[in-house]
Formats: sequence, structure tokens, C-alpha cells
Amino acid sequence: MEYNLHHLVRISKNIREDVIKSLALAGSGHLGGSLGLADVFTVLYFHILNHKADNPNWNDRDRVILSIGHVAPVLYATLANANYFSRDELKTLRKLGSRLQGHPGRDHGLPGLELSAGSLGQGLSVAVGMALSAKIDKSSWRVFSIHGDGELQEGSIWEAAMSASHYKLDNLTAIVDRNFCQIDGTTNKVMEIEPLKEKWEAFGWQVYECNGNSIEQLINTIESSNKFKGKPKVIIAKTRMGCGVQSIENDYHWHGKAPNNEEAVRFLAELEAYYKELGYE
Amino acid sequence: MSNFINQGNKATRIGFGEGVAEAGSIFQNLVVLGADITGSVGLNIFAERFPERFFSFGIAEQNIAAVAAGMALTNKIPVFSTYAVFAAFRAADQIRISICYNNVKVIIGGAHAGISVGPDGATHQALEDIAVIRSLPNITLISPADANQAKAATIAAIKEADGPVYIRFGREPVPNFTSINQDFKIGKGEILTDGTDVAIVATGHMVWEALMASKELEKKGIDAAVVNIHTIKPIDKELLISIAKKTGLVVTVEEHQIHGGLGSAVAEVLCQEYPIPMKIIGMPDCFGESGKPEELLQKYGLNAEAIAKSVFQFVKEQK
Repeated sequence: MEYNLHHLVRISKNIREDVIKSLALAGSGHLGGSLGLADVFTVLYFHILNHKADNPNWNDRDRVILSIGHVAPVLYATLANANYFSRDELKTLRKLGSRLQGHPGRDHGLPGLELSAGSLGQGLSVAVGMALSAKIDKSSWRVFSIHGDGELQEGSIWEAAMSASHYKLDNLTAIVDRNFCQIDGTTNKVMEIEPLKEKWEAFGWQVYECNGNSIEQLINTIESSNKFKGKPKVIIAKTRMGCGVQSIENDYHWHGKAPNNEEAVRFLAELEAYYKELGYE
Repeated sequence: MSNFINQGNKATRIGFGEGVAEAGSIFQNLVVLGADITGSVGLNIFAERFPERFFSFGIAEQNIAAVAAGMALTNKIPVFSTYAVFAAFRAADQIRISICYNNVKVIIGGAHAGISVGPDGATHQALEDIAVIRSLPNITLISPADANQAKAATIAAIKEADGPVYIRFGREPVPNFTSINQDFKIGKGEILTDGTDVAIVATGHMVWEALMASKELEKKGIDAAVVNIHTIKPIDKELLISIAKKTGLVVTVEEHQIHGGLGSAVAEVLCQEYPIPMKIIGMPDCFGESGKPEELLQKYGLNAEAIAKSVFQFVKEQK
């Protein structure tokens, strides 16, 4: 499908800016993964998904299951930029009475949330349940679930993976945020998850790999995976934690940290530089 | 006191299975997820009748619980059941977050509850599941007294609940004494026999044992009321307060640890609303063991004879 790359890049920049600003105002939260996933969210919500911001419960919408609830800031920034609610509301992130809970909570009524989640390792199972529902109903909507690479250390992920291929859920695409970082350090030091491609293949999945910070690569990969039938699909999207803010890129210390005001100003300036280098003002 | 007649022993798990199968013909969006022990939790009846709506998920309780949440979020009514020890413990986090926090209508069958599971021993006797489940927001916890009630409760849960429901049931055939055509009301306790000296508040199969105990007590001149608390959450506060006012003494009986179960739930109500002396009969903070169900109920003080003895002693001490 045709797309305007310049437009999508612009949106990814807005999302990154909103992530930095909302986290600085919140004073806590997860910056690194939120920035790293901004391109994935841009591509999904502004190119791939069938969805309607003005009718968030539209029955035939594609579902996005954010299994890693801690990167809620990028989901919220994306939904706001897609007009599910006002960008102004991003200022309330993590504050008492806010619809923007620290981890997504549907009980607070924010439009566009498919799942209350935050305990790792559950989202793939929920996505399997939804994909199976769609198969039973012969509905054509699809399910995209988003996972961390550290999250793959949870055993329940592999229970879910087994069941998705057992039921040949080709309407399910899992996207793994492969940034090699988790709280205690790099994934190979904390608990090695490689060989990752072979693991998913052994569980009966069709595996794709791409640069998860390249909008073009993400679009090409997701579009070609959408055409594949007969198996669930996983996209191992190699991202840089903190992508867009060079001074914190790939630094696992920024997994669960929010910038203070000074840092936020500096990070926003670095973001300008990043997009300039990409060729966008 | 009224007379309750055993219509023939029947396992509560069969009542559950019959209830799910009957509800399956009413609700086309009811689906059952199998956990490899489909027959032993009574869900084979549904699986045989509606094979296109039965999905096997193998031995993977965490996955099943969250898959059920995903299906409930997409217009299905999922039912899954496994031994209560696995449902309430292995899948506890999935039940907490994916099911309860999302507040989705998933029906969970907690099978093989209680010491009466028998020879399988401690690993398979769920004696702590009430404590875990009833501490979770949004969920309804039902513990039917017999097979007829298990069936009625299951159908009521599937028809009426708007959030998650955990239904607890046992393994062994037990006296089936409630009406096949009962009007099951979620959240309402039942005074089975009225009394003035003491109220025996029981749940699950212990209700029958309490009824038999009340007959023993009658012979000893004690007029005991017997209350069936089939819904442990939300609990029938009004009924508990009124029976406490009437009798002034309450004894609870359950096939569960004395910590965190029915007794605790009743105590939470009475100590805040109408404090009276209470006794909690249950497993005394220990794991179960192998043995015949009746031997185990005897050993742990959970048969009619032992209950009557405990209640008699308690009443003598207090009055």
C-alpha cells in the first residue's frame, strides 16, 4: 500500500517528543523502550491497522495487544496523535485520577486500550484468545501483539507460542522489540534468549527480522508477513533502546527511568538532531 | 428441623459439567478450553456435544487463563477448568491481571477442592484456593453444596455474571440433596434449618455434613441452625448478621485451611458488624495426605460426627 514516508517520520517524531515530555512531567516511567518502539507504533497505527479513532470499539478493528505494559507512554502518545483523545491529556500520565495509568488499565476508561496489562508474559496468550475468536467467527480482523525481548524469558510466552501454531493462527502477528536490553543489563548477560529465530521456528512460527527503527523496513516486513498464511507470524524488530536520543541509546539504565526537566530539554534537542540527520527537519 | 433427603450420591464436578453443557445449548458463543483433564472436571459432556466449540490447550494453565481473557474480550463466554490447585496457584497472576483486572466474564472451574480428594494426597487437594481467589477484586466465588446446586450455579453464572466467576467443586460423589429445579441466586445464602442455639455456617460438601451434625446436636438438646453459604464472594452479609443476632454463636465449616477461607470471610463480616463468639472448623494450617475421603474427613474433624462434637463443645463453653 502507498504511503508518505515523510508524513510517517513526522508522526514518529511527534510521538517521541510526546513520550519525552509526558515522562518528564510524570517524573517516573519507562523512557528507553517507549522511544525504541515509536517507529513500530507509528507504522501500526498510521499505516497498517484498520481502526477508527472515533469508534474505538468498532467490532472489525485490528487489535493491538501491548504485552509490555511498561511502555505505555508510547501507546498513549500514539493514540493521542491518532486522535483517540487530546494530546493535552498526555500531561496527566501517572497522576492520580488520570486515564493514563502507569501501566494500561482499561478500568479508567481511556479509549483505544485493548488490554489492561503490565505483568509480563500474558499478552501473547490474550492475543491467541482473540485470534482464535476471530477464526471461530470467520472475521477478517487481525491481532498484533507487542513484546519485549526480556519478556521472552517468561515461560508462559512459550506456552502461548505453542498454542498459536497448534491452532494455525495466521491472523496473529507478534512483534518482538529486540533491543538487547533489560533492567539488570543486556539480555545475553541476564539470560540468553538466542537463538531466537530458531526458537520461534521450532515453535511453528513464521519468522521475520527487520530494523525496527526503520519505518520503510517495518512496513515492508509487516506487509509481506500479512500475506503469509497457515502459521502465526513473529517479527523480530531490532531496535535501539532510547532511539532518537543519542546520548541514551542502547543504555539499559534508561529502561525504567524518566528524564528530569533539564534532561528533557536536552533530549528534545538531541531528537531534533536525530531527525535532521535522517533528512527531516 | 427440616428434613433433607439424599437423592443419591453424585460428584459436584458432574453437576458443573452438566451445567456447562446445558448453557452451551443456550449460548452459541460459549466456548470451553481443555486443560488435558477434561473428563475429570466434567467438561467431556460439553466437548462431546459441541466439539466445534471445544479447544484443547494441553497442560498449560497460565496460557489457558489468559487465552480465556482474550476470548472474553472478543465476545465469547469462555469456560475452563482444571484442578483448583493449578487454577488458583499456577495461573494466579493471569487470573489476577488478564481476567480480574480486565474484569472479563471468564468462568473458572476449580476442581478437586478439599481434603475429600482422597488418595491423590496433598499436592492435589486444594485447601487454599478460596483464600487466593476471594482476595481478588471483581471475581465471584461460588462453592455449591452438591451436584444439583453445582449445575444450577454454573448455569446462573454463565447467564447472569458480568465479570469473572470461580466455581469450586470436589472430586468424590457426595449426597445430592438440593432441588434439581432450584432457583439459584448468586450472592444469597440459604438457611437450610433454623435454630436458636448456634448457627453452623458451611460451604460445599460440608453443608451436608453440617445438616447431619445438626441432627446429632438435636439429640443432645442443641437447636442448631444450618446455613449454606454457596457464594463466598460476594458474601451474604445480611443473612450472616441476622443469623448471628438470632443464635449469638457461629461455627463455620469448610474443606479449606482455617486461614483465609469461609471462616475468615464470615469473621470479616461479623467482627465489623455484629461481633459474637465464633469458631472456625477447617484444615489446621497443614497439608493434606493420602487416604480414603471418609478417613480423611474423620481425621481432620470434617465429618458430621466430628463437627457435632466440636459444635457441642463450643456451645457448652460459651453458654
